[in-house]
Amino acid sequence: MDLLLDAVVIGVLLGCFYGAVSLGLSVSFGLLDVPHVAHPAFLVLASYFVYFLNEHYAIDPLVAGLLITPLFFAFGLVAYRIYYETFEKRGSDAGVRGIAFFFGVAFIIEVLIIMQFGVDQRSVTADYVGKALRLGDLRIPYRLLVAFGVAAVLTILLTLYLSRTFMGRAIRAVAQDQEALRLMGTNPIRIKQWAFGIATAVLGVAGALLIIVAPVEPTLDRAYIGRTFCVVVMAGLGSMSGTLVAAIILGVAESIVLTMFGASWAPAISFAMLLGVLAVRPQGLFGRRS
Amino acid sequence: MKRNGIAFWIGAALFLAAALLMTKVVSNQYPFFAGYVILQFIALAVAWSILGGYAGYVNFGTSAFFGVGVYSSVFLVKAFGAPLPVQILTAAAIGALMGFALGLLTLRMQGIFFSIATIALTIIIETAVTNWRYVGGAAGIQIQRPPVSALFDNYVQMLFFVQAVLVVLAVAISRYIQNSWIGRGLQALKDDELAAECSGVPTLRLKLLACVISGALLCAVGAPSAMYLQFANPESAFNLNYSVSTLAMSLIGGTAHWSGPIIGAILLGTTQQLLTVTISSEVNVLVLGVMLVLFVVGAPEGIIGLIRRIFRNRNEGRES
Repeated sequence: MDLLLDAVVIGVLLGCFYGAVSLGLSVSFGLLDVPHVAHPAFLVLASYFVYFLNEHYAIDPLVAGLLITPLFFAFGLVAYRIYYETFEKRGSDAGVRGIAFFFGVAFIIEVLIIMQFGVDQRSVTADYVGKALRLGDLRIPYRLLVAFGVAAVLTILLTLYLSRTFMGRAIRAVAQDQEALRLMGTNPIRIKQWAFGIATAVLGVAGALLIIVAPVEPTLDRAYIGRTFCVVVMAGLGSMSGTLVAAIILGVAESIVLTMFGASWAPAISFAMLLGVLAVRPQGLFGRRS
Repeated sequence: MKRNGIAFWIGAALFLAAALLMTKVVSNQYPFFAGYVILQFIALAVAWSILGGYAGYVNFGTSAFFGVGVYSSVFLVKAFGAPLPVQILTAAAIGALMGFALGLLTLRMQGIFFSIATIALTIIIETAVTNWRYVGGAAGIQIQRPPVSALFDNYVQMLFFVQAVLVVLAVAISRYIQNSWIGRGLQALKDDELAAECSGVPTLRLKLLACVISGALLCAVGAPSAMYLQFANPESAFNLNYSVSTLAMSLIGGTAHWSGPIIGAILLGTTQQLLTVTISSEVNVLVLGVMLVLFVVGAPEGIIGLIRRIFRNRNEGRES
C-alpha cells in the first residue's frame, strides 16, 4: 500500500513534467494541426544545449534553459516558415508529407547530436540534482520537485498568455477559423508562425527539465514521441489545462506500472494509452472538436 | 499491356538468373552481405507502397512487421528447428493477420492519426517481445544456421537468392495491383475516401486487402533476417530506422508507379551501404534524413515524378 502511495505521488510529479514537455506540442499539433513529430527531437536538442552551457560555463540548468529560449523561438519561426511554404501553401496531403518531413528533421537532429556529443548519456550538475526530500516514509527526489514547480509555472503562464493577451487570443482564433481572420484583415500565417515560435521556445525550459529529471541520450526523442503525443491527443487537441490533467494521468499510470511490473514494460504505457484514446475517444478527454 | 507483361516477366527471370549466376561466379562474400540488405530494402519499400503509396495510408509500422517477421523465425527455429521456407510462410501468415488488424484501425483513423497509431503499435509489440523470455528478452538471442542445401556454397549466398525471389514476388504483386481494379480502387480512395465509397468502390474491403498483402510481404521479408544476422534483439529488429528508411525510399522513388520504390531503394540503399563502409553508420542516418527532407520539400512526386515532368516538358516543347 505504501508502495502504491509512493508510486502515485511520484507519478503526479512525473506527470507535471510530462505536461511541461508536451505544452509546445499542444500548441503546434493541437492548435495549429502541424504533425510535429520532431518536437521531441527539439526537446532533446534543448537538453544538450543546456548540458553544454552547464558543463562549460557552470550555468544553472534552469537559467541555461531560459537563455536558449530566444534561440528556440527563432528555430520555431524558421521551421514553420519552411513547413508552410512547402506543405500548407500547396495544400493536398500536407499532413502525410509533413509527418515524413518532420521525421527527416528528427533524424538529422539526432545524428547531429551524436556527431557533436557522442552516444553516451549526459547529465547536469546542480545543487538539487541527486538529493531527495524525506516526508515520513516518502522519499521525493528534489529534481522531480523542481520539475514539478517549473512545469506548473510554465503551464499557468502559457494558459494566461493564450487567454489574456491579444496575441494569445489571436492564436486561438487562428486555430478556430483561419479564413475569418483573413477577412478581418490580419495575416493568419504570421500569427501561426508566431505561435509555432512560442511552442518551440517553451522547449528551451522543457529541455532543461528533461536533463534535470534524468540523464539524456541522443535517441531519447523516440520514447518521447509516444509520451508527448499521448498527452496531447488524450487532452483533446489544444487544451492547455487538459494537457496537464492528461499528463498527470499518464505519469501516474507509468509510475504504477513501473512499480508493479518493472521498468521493461514502461515504454509501452504511453503508446498503449495513445492507441486506446485514438480508438475509443479520438477527440480526447477535453476535446475542442465534436 | 500484354507486351509489357511479357517484358516484365523476362526481366524478372533475367534478374533471378543473374542473382543465381552471381552466387556461382563471385567468390568474395561481401557483395552478398551488402546485396542482401539492398534487396531487403527493395522488397520492404515495394511492399510498403502497396498500402502507403496506392492507398495513401502512411504506415510507420514497417519496423513492427519486420520485427515480427524476425521473431517468428526465431521462435520457429528455437521451438521446432523449422527450415527457412516454413519460417517465411509462417511470417507471411502472421503478417497477414497483423495487416488485417491494421486494416480495422483505418476504420477509425485517417491521415496523421493512422501514422501515429502505427508507431504506437511498433513500440507496444517491441515491448511485449522484450519481455518474452523464451526468445531472449532484451538481451537478444543467438541462432545457429542449419547446414546449407546442396545448391549453394554457403548460407549467405542462399539467403541472397531467397531475398531476390522475395523481391520478384513483391514487385509482381505490386505491379498486378497497380494494373488491376484493386489499384484503381485504392487510387480513388486515396483521392477522396467518401467520394469513392459513394461511387460504389468497396473502400473497406480494398483497405483490408491492401493492409493484408502489404503486411504479409513486410513480415515475410523480415523472416530471413534472423538467419542472416544469426542474432536477434528487440532493439534492432524493431528499430524505427526500418520504418523511416522504407518510407524515405518509397517517397524518394515516387509512389505513383510500382517501379518508384525500387528506384528509391536501390539509390538510397546503395548509398547507405557505401557510406556505412567508407565513413560511418551515423553519417548514413544523416543522409537518410537529409534526402528525405530534400525530396519531400523539393520533389514531392519523387524521382518518377521528376522524370515524368521532364518528359512532359519535352513533349510540350515539340508541339509548340
